[in-house]
Amino acid sequence: MNIFLRKPKGFYDVYLRSPASDKTNTHYCPGCGHGIIHKLIAQAIEDFDIKDRTIMISPVGCSVFVYYYFDTGNVQVAHGRAPAVATGLKRANPDSIVISYQGDGDLAAIGGNNIMQAANRGENITVFFVNNAIYGMTGGQMAPTTMIGQKTMTSPYGRNIYNEGYPLKVVELLATFEATTYLERVSIMDAASINKARNAVRKAIQCQIDNKGFSLVEILSTCPSNWKMSPVEAKKWIKTDMITYFTPHVTKDKINERESHKVEKIRLNSEETKSKLDLPEKRDLVKIDMSSVKEKYKNPRIKIAGFGGQGVLILGNMLAIAGMEEGFNVTWLPSYGPEMRGGTANCHVRIDEKPIGAPSVAKADVLIAMNKPSLEKFEKEEYLESGALLIYNTTLIDIEPSRKDVDIIAIPATKMADDMGDLKVANMIIIGAYMEKTKLINEEALERALQTGVKRKNLMDLNKKAIKAGMDFVKNLK
Amino acid sequence: MAKQFIKGNDAIVKGALLAGCECYFGYPITPASEIAHAAAKYFPLLGRVFLQAESEIASIQMVYGASSAGRRVMTASSSPGISLKQEGISYCAGSELPCVIIDISRGGPGLGNIAPEQSDYFQIVKGGGHGAYKLLVLAPASAQEMCDLTMLAFDLAEKYRNPVCILADGYIGQMMEPVEFPEPLTGREYPDWAVLGNKETRQNLINSIYLDPIELENHILKLNGKYERMKKEEVRFEKYKTDDAEIICIGYGVVSRLLKSAIDECRNKGIKAGLLRPITLFPFPEKEIRNFAESCKSYFVSELSLGQMVEDVKLAVNGLKPVHFYGRTGGVVPSVTELYQQIEKIR
Amino acid sequence: MPKIEIDANHCKGCGLCIDACPKKVIVFSEDINKLGYHPATPKNEGCIGCGICFYTCPEPESITVYKEDKSA
Repeated sequence: MNIFLRKPKGFYDVYLRSPASDKTNTHYCPGCGHGIIHKLIAQAIEDFDIKDRTIMISPVGCSVFVYYYFDTGNVQVAHGRAPAVATGLKRANPDSIVISYQGDGDLAAIGGNNIMQAANRGENITVFFVNNAIYGMTGGQMAPTTMIGQKTMTSPYGRNIYNEGYPLKVVELLATFEATTYLERVSIMDAASINKARNAVRKAIQCQIDNKGFSLVEILSTCPSNWKMSPVEAKKWIKTDMITYFTPHVTKDKINERESHKVEKIRLNSEETKSKLDLPEKRDLVKIDMSSVKEKYKNPRIKIAGFGGQGVLILGNMLAIAGMEEGFNVTWLPSYGPEMRGGTANCHVRIDEKPIGAPSVAKADVLIAMNKPSLEKFEKEEYLESGALLIYNTTLIDIEPSRKDVDIIAIPATKMADDMGDLKVANMIIIGAYMEKTKLINEEALERALQTGVKRKNLMDLNKKAIKAGMDFVKNLK
Repeated sequence: MAKQFIKGNDAIVKGALLAGCECYFGYPITPASEIAHAAAKYFPLLGRVFLQAESEIASIQMVYGASSAGRRVMTASSSPGISLKQEGISYCAGSELPCVIIDISRGGPGLGNIAPEQSDYFQIVKGGGHGAYKLLVLAPASAQEMCDLTMLAFDLAEKYRNPVCILADGYIGQMMEPVEFPEPLTGREYPDWAVLGNKETRQNLINSIYLDPIELENHILKLNGKYERMKKEEVRFEKYKTDDAEIICIGYGVVSRLLKSAIDECRNKGIKAGLLRPITLFPFPEKEIRNFAESCKSYFVSELSLGQMVEDVKLAVNGLKPVHFYGRTGGVVPSVTELYQQIEKIR
Repeated sequence: MPKIEIDANHCKGCGLCIDACPKKVIVFSEDINKLGYHPATPKNEGCIGCGICFYTCPEPESITVYKEDKSA
C-alpha cells in the first residue's frame, strides 16, 4: 500500500511562524474554503517543483497569514496592493514565480484598480481570487461580490441594488482586457468542482512558468462563520445561490495563442553604462584671457527674456555651458513660479568665479530683452542695476530704453536672422553680440556649448554664422 | 569624469543609475515629471526596469515589490503624489525595505500650484503615513547634490533597511548646473534578507504584521534603534561663514542658496551673519544648531512655508536665544534683498 | 484495499469529508479531540481510495489516502 495523497510539500512541515501553540493546524475556521484552496496550490507547487522559485504574496484578510503555511519565498503586503507588489517583484526578477492570493474585499474593492491595471498590462503573474462574497477577517461586512439580498454586518437588511449596486463579476471584467491570457471561475462546492479548481490552479501557474502572461482563477469559496452556516450548508449555498449569479466557466483561455515572452536582462560594464548615460569625456578647460574682460562684465547676473519660441532658454543655456567650459561656476534657472505668468519666457544665468548662492537673478547686471514686454518690465530700476549691460532686439521692440545709466546694444537680431534664412537663430546673433561686448565667453567655449547643448546638429553651421554676425555687428559699432 | 551641465531632476536619474538602481516605478506629476522622462529614457537603455504605474499608490507598492526582491529601486513624485504614497511608505518602513523616494515639492494644500514650496517638511520628516516610523531625509541644494545625495540615499537605505527621501524643491529640480558624475557602482550583491526566488532565500519573509503587542513593541523598538543610530551617525550639514557669526541663519534647499547671497550682502554691510544648512532633515543637526547658542545673538530661519522646520530649530535652541522666522509661501520665492532686509531687522 | 487515515488532532470536525464521501465510509467520532471537536474517523470498509475526502478537507495534515500503486 502506497501513500496516494498526503499533505503537499508546498507546505511547511511545521508552521513555525504561527504564534499558536499548535503549529501543525491552520488558523482557519472549521470548514473554511481557504484550506482547500491552499492545498491545491501547495500541491501544484510541489508537482511543478517550483518551491525555490515561487514567491507567495499574502494579502490582507483571513489569508493574511498565507506565509505561515507555504514553504516558498513570502511577501506580505498592504490591502489590495498585491498586484502592484507582484508587478514589482516579477519585473525585478522575471525568473521568479509570483503568486498573488487575494480575497474579494482586497482584490475587487480597495484593490480594484490595481488588479485591473496589472491584468491590462498582461503582467506574467498568477492570481488566485477567493470569492466568498463577504469580508472575513474584519467580521462579516459586505464585499463587492456580496450577493443581492445577502445579509452582512454592513448590509443587515440584505444587499440592495439601489444602494450598493450589483455583485462585481471580476473574471468577466478582466476578460475584456486584450492582455489577459487565462481566466476561469471555479468553485469548491462539490468534488467535481474541486477537481476543476485543481486543474485551473495548475493551468494558471503553468501559464506563468511558460511566460504566457496574466492568469487569474476566481474560486467561489465559503465562509461558514460569517455566513452563519455549517460548512456543509455553506458548500450547498454556493450551489444554490452563488453560481446562479457567478457562473463557473473558462472565461478566457489564450494560452495556446500567446507567444512566450520574457524580458532578458542585459548587463553592461562601466564603460557601456557611462556611454549609454551620455556622460561627457574628460577634457581640459577652455583657456580665457581674463585681462581682456572689463571688471564690470565679470561675474555677471544675467536675465534673458522674450516670447516662448524665441530660444530664450537655449540662449541662457549656451552662455552657461560655455562659462562652465571656461571653468566658471554657473547656474541656469528657467522661468518658474509666478514669474512665468504673462506670456514671456525668461531665464536667469549666473557665471561666477566664486561658488554661486542664489541662482535667481532679482536685479540683473545683464539684461537681454528679445521682445517689448520684456524690455518694459525688466529695464525698471528694481530689476536692472545701474551700469548694467542691456542688449535688446530692435526688430521687435519699437521703443527706446528709458534707462540712461546702462550700456546699451540695440541690435535687429530677428531681422538679421530672417536675412540669414532662419528666424530661430536670432538668439545666436544675440550670443555673438554678448561675446564680442564682454569677452567673457570665447568662441571655443561656445562651440563646445553648441556641440553639447544644441540637438539639431544640421544647424551647426548656421548657428556659427549667426554668432559671427552678432560679433561683427558689435565690432562695427566701435 | 568631466562636468556635465544638467538639470537637477536629470542628475537624480543619472546618479541613481550610477548607484546601481535597477527599477523605477512612478506616476507623472509636475514639477517632478522630468525625472520620469529621464528614467523612461535611460533605464531601458541600461537594461533596467522602468514602469509608469497606474497611480502613486501602485508605484510605491511596485517599489515595495522590487525592494523585496533585493533590487535598488526608486520612485519620484511631488507633494500631492507623496500624500498618496504615504500608505506604501509606511509599509516599506514597517517591512524594513530600502528604497529611494524623491519629492520635488510644490505648493499646497489641495491642488495648490506647481511652484516651489517647502510645505512637505511635516509629511516627509515627521512621518505622514500611519505608525511610528521615520524616513532618512536628504535635502539637496544643487544639481551636484541631486546626484550625490541620490547615490548616498541608496547606500543609506540599504545600510538601515529603511526608505530614504530626497526632499527637494522645484528650483533645485529645474535649475541647471555643472555636475561631475562618479564612476558607476559595480559588483553589488543582493542582500541576504531579500526574497530572490531561489533556494537560499526561500525561508525569507517580508512582513510588517506583528499581531502580538509585545512583538510589535519589540519591532518598533528595533526600528527606533535604527533612528537613534541615524541620529548618531548620519547628521549632515554645511556651515558658511559661521565662525564669528552673531546671527545664525538656517535654511535648506534653494533657501540656503538665497541665504548665502543674503549673508554675503550682510557681510558687506558689516552684519556678522552665517549659515547652517541642514543636509539631513532627519536626522536633524540639532546639536550643531544648539551649540551656536553660546556664541550667537539670535537665529534666523527661512523656509518656503509659514514655518515647519523652524519648530525643530526651536526645539534644538530650547529658548536659549531668540529664533526669528521669515517665510514666503504659495510658490513665492523671496529675493536675496528681501532676506537681507529681514536679517538686518533683527540685528 | 485502499484506505484513509485521519489524524484526529488535525481535524476540526467540519464534516465536509463525511458529506462528500461517495461511499459514506467516514463518520464523526464520539471522542473529543484536543481541539475540542468530534473528529471525522474512517470506517474504511468499502473505501475506494477516490481522494475526494482529501481534496474536500481544509486541513493540510488531516487526511492521508493509501492506495495500491498501479504503476508498480
